[in-house]
Amino acid sequence: MTYFADVAALARKDILLELRSRDTLPAMLLFVVSALVVFHFSLPSDASATASTGLLWIALLFTALLGLARAFSAEREQRVLDGLVLAPCDRSAIWLAKSLGVLAFLGVAEVVALPAYGLFFEPVGWELVAAVVLADLGLAAVGTLLAAMAAASRARELLLPLLFLPLVIPVVVGGVGATVADDPGRYLGFLALYDVIFAILSWASFEYVVAE
Amino acid sequence: MTVIRARSLGRRFGAKRVLRDLDLEVPIGGFLLVTGPNGSGKSTLLSLMAGLLAPTEGELDVDLPRGRIGYLAHEPLVYKELSALENLDLYGRLYHVRERRETIGALLERFGLWEPRHQRVGSFSRGMQQRLALCRVLLHEPELLLLDEPYTGLDADATGLVDNVLSEFAGRATFAVATHDPDRIRSFATQSLALA
Repeated sequence: MTYFADVAALARKDILLELRSRDTLPAMLLFVVSALVVFHFSLPSDASATASTGLLWIALLFTALLGLARAFSAEREQRVLDGLVLAPCDRSAIWLAKSLGVLAFLGVAEVVALPAYGLFFEPVGWELVAAVVLADLGLAAVGTLLAAMAAASRARELLLPLLFLPLVIPVVVGGVGATVADDPGRYLGFLALYDVIFAILSWASFEYVVAE
Repeated sequence: MTVIRARSLGRRFGAKRVLRDLDLEVPIGGFLLVTGPNGSGKSTLLSLMAGLLAPTEGELDVDLPRGRIGYLAHEPLVYKELSALENLDLYGRLYHVRERRETIGALLERFGLWEPRHQRVGSFSRGMQQRLALCRVLLHEPELLLLDEPYTGLDADATGLVDNVLSEFAGRATFAVATHDPDRIRSFATQSLALA
């Protein structure tokens, strides 16, 4: 129970920081809506549903990247990560709390993005909503680990997308597949499997990322 | 019993060697005074003792779990968007401090931060941030205190508070203190290390 109390304290802190600084969520919201508007005008009127679905997933991926780039900014700028790492709590609690924060911000961005997609492109079906929820879990899990790695690097702006984008290709494959295929269940299962594997790997390896 | 033991300890940052062939032992209740010019490796040594850095040469053993260590760095290691109270509450939860609210209240009172406890740390002066950092360090009653320039930014009153803390904990806890003003704390020191 102590572990989850630590996670709750850290996650609450992340939400509070965002409510105070408002430097991540508004940027994510603005970006995802702007991207969908640009895609709306750049796609020909007779474009297929598959094309618009692909563009939606690109927008969601880069929105996640935008949030992840800021995920450890407070800790990095003020070296607070050192203070957190020194605390006797399990270091994976830092990862889990930060992932929950990223997940919450992504969720809020998508609450705006999906109706906007429905407005500009295609109606939003249950397959798309399920795929987005499952994809968010994987994006937050992997992305938070990579954001912590990048935060320790001088070339963080370059390193994060270089590591993140190749690793989340399966999320795009699963997400697009679940939305356009006749049998979305297979792709949703694939996304769930990705989430489980990468969440466990990220949870177990975070300790080594923050320790020198 | 020895709390800190270093054998041929060295640390490099790329091609730059900051510490080399350092041997030292600090017993329980010992007070290690670390002096030296800028860039001599004082902060690096304390970071190694805290476990934030790993040695690149030799060995360093600190015979305490990290939850029993209090580390005062150059930065206060607190969130500037949170208030003093919120920062200490977070650390109190993570260190599982018993009677957290009472302990935090007593520390804030002692270090003159009770009145501005709800203000964001970003609005604090350097001296106030250093006071808050000292509250953070003492919150969990550490057995090993690693203090890197504890007097930085403090006015005369707060300097006296640090002296009181050192007097109170000297002998009870083990200390490693890096400072440019060794005369101020030489009376507490049981051993000293001058880095070149």
